[in-house]
Amino acid sequence: MMRILLMGNPNVGKSALFSRLTGIRIIASNYPGTTVEFTRGRLKLGTEEVEIIDVPGTYGLEPTSKAEEVAVAMLKEGDVIINVVDATNLERNLNLTLQLLQQKLPVIVALNMWDDARHRGIDIDVAKLERLLGVPVIPTVAVTGEGIKELVGRIAEARCAQAQHGDLSSDERWAKVGEIVKEVQSLSHRHHTWYERLEDTTFHPVGGMIIALMILVATFWSVRAIGEAIIGYIAEPIFERLWAPVLMKLSLVLGSESLWHKVLIGQLIQGQVDYLRSFGLLSTGLYIPLAAVLPYIFSFYLILGILEDIGYLPRLAIFLDTFMHRLGLHGYAIIPTLLGFGCNVPGIIATRILESRKQRLIAVTLISIGIPCTALQAMIIGLVGQQGWHYVAMVYGSLFVSWVVVGLILNRTVKGFTPELLVEIPPYRLPLWRAIVEKLWLRISSFVREALPIVLGTVLIVNVLYFFGAFDTLAKGAAPLLIGLWGLPKEAVVALILGLIRKDVALGMLAPLALSAKQLVISSTVLAMFFPCVASFVVLIRELGAKDTLKAFGIMLAAVLAVGSLQNLII
Amino acid sequence: MGEAKQLVTLAEMHTGESGTIVQIVGGHGLVRRLDAMGIRAGKKVTKISSVLFHGPVTLKVDSVHIAIGFGMAKRIIVEPDKYLPRGSSR
Repeated sequence: MMRILLMGNPNVGKSALFSRLTGIRIIASNYPGTTVEFTRGRLKLGTEEVEIIDVPGTYGLEPTSKAEEVAVAMLKEGDVIINVVDATNLERNLNLTLQLLQQKLPVIVALNMWDDARHRGIDIDVAKLERLLGVPVIPTVAVTGEGIKELVGRIAEARCAQAQHGDLSSDERWAKVGEIVKEVQSLSHRHHTWYERLEDTTFHPVGGMIIALMILVATFWSVRAIGEAIIGYIAEPIFERLWAPVLMKLSLVLGSESLWHKVLIGQLIQGQVDYLRSFGLLSTGLYIPLAAVLPYIFSFYLILGILEDIGYLPRLAIFLDTFMHRLGLHGYAIIPTLLGFGCNVPGIIATRILESRKQRLIAVTLISIGIPCTALQAMIIGLVGQQGWHYVAMVYGSLFVSWVVVGLILNRTVKGFTPELLVEIPPYRLPLWRAIVEKLWLRISSFVREALPIVLGTVLIVNVLYFFGAFDTLAKGAAPLLIGLWGLPKEAVVALILGLIRKDVALGMLAPLALSAKQLVISSTVLAMFFPCVASFVVLIRELGAKDTLKAFGIMLAAVLAVGSLQNLII
Repeated sequence: MGEAKQLVTLAEMHTGESGTIVQIVGGHGLVRRLDAMGIRAGKKVTKISSVLFHGPVTLKVDSVHIAIGFGMAKRIIVEPDKYLPRGSSR
């Protein structure tokens, strides 16, 4: 099958174009480095099916990060290149275009963000550009679909223009780009948009810092407010008023002592279904992912999606850079870190935008230790929050301090270098609400698809192990560690071990134990810092390799032992 | 009039000041990375912002904003459009 590569500079709309061409929705955002892996999809071209591959963005063909390595490596696999070019930034984009034209592959150019170029008063003579490049050039607007049909219709015309351009040195290439731009582009005056004025404010050293703080506070506040509202007004009522009666009827049918009752509904607490304590597949197994966690998944990804599409996130990197350097990272590491708050898996993968091995090891370890995913946070807020908000603050405070301290130590001990920040700051764009909703839907459905089965599986395992009495043996074995160091009851060991599979279920398992507030704080913190869940574990090994994963585990173990014990002493 | 060209580093430039990049003093790797992002000798550059305590410098080349570390900013030599008095610090 013919393979078509989507290549171009970062943040020019390759992923949006990919979704348009293949109908496969993938995450597209307004910051460089959204795509760090390649994604394959299919497109019907006449009677033939072709493969379309979305490739991470790259500025040149000599890679400077893992994401760019992926991009350059893909060159060998492609038969045709669709070079996506940002029409608002022709000069720099064409520099890559000329390099791609020297690759002996047929190329076709999608002149994307065509609408934006018009708004900015940039006029490009497409016919002339086509002639000068020697390959077809089609103006497109990937987010709205403008020009996509024509692009698809002309893929067959993609041609290799290597002969026309020959081998160019870097200086010769820039000179040629300069000539082309001069010939095809004309600029007319236009007025500044209001969000371009906003742009200047967010760069201001003091004003920008204040805005950054305000945005972070507003983000956390609105994520919580929206999540709580959904739980209070939608999720709880559905589970209490509609689902509980169904379960009670089922309970009568099954008989409370039957095995099926234990597995499906679990224990009745005072004759009623208790969603946090019953621990059956249909009670707790559905309640945790759908009623406790999903509302926060919705609110977190809604807010994150808006910030991503406005283009604000890279600006945080500027203000956090100096601080992040103390942790052996640079400011742009805030992007994987923020993604990690949703789920550690995409966070860990996103560390591919970082340049050095040292940075990636530190970033991945810090995400695993100090960044609780939304599922875990929802349970922390639900469970620890019942004891008072200052206890929730203790958990978050401990995690933040561990994040900083471990970072400070790793910066001094991990060999390697941390390069300076070098990142393109995208222009603000008004987010299209359709794009926001689609992205939110993508993330929610992948949560439901991937997390729900694991949650149900975990609940099932819990029931089976209880049935065979396997927990007693485990609990006895781990008792000295739990009681001595962390002041936790020996039954908590089961929960901590289940944290290896799903952390939200693990924390849910602590609910029936009637722990004190202090014990809840310690066990939540330990759960968050200790060993990644199985999904993160898989990407951890893939991204770091076995040796560095072992190192990361060692650090996690040391950190969790120290922090849990300290909490036990102090609180 | 007739005075020698004044050259400053991007780090020393004032916020909002524009000039032309004369040279990038650095290893091949740095020059190549900056070059690929459109930061190279001969380009017009405007300094958009800086962050306190030698934090990153944001610059504008063509219509693109790019944030770079302070150390890199010190390696980018610029000829300012206008002669401006400068402090002797740094």
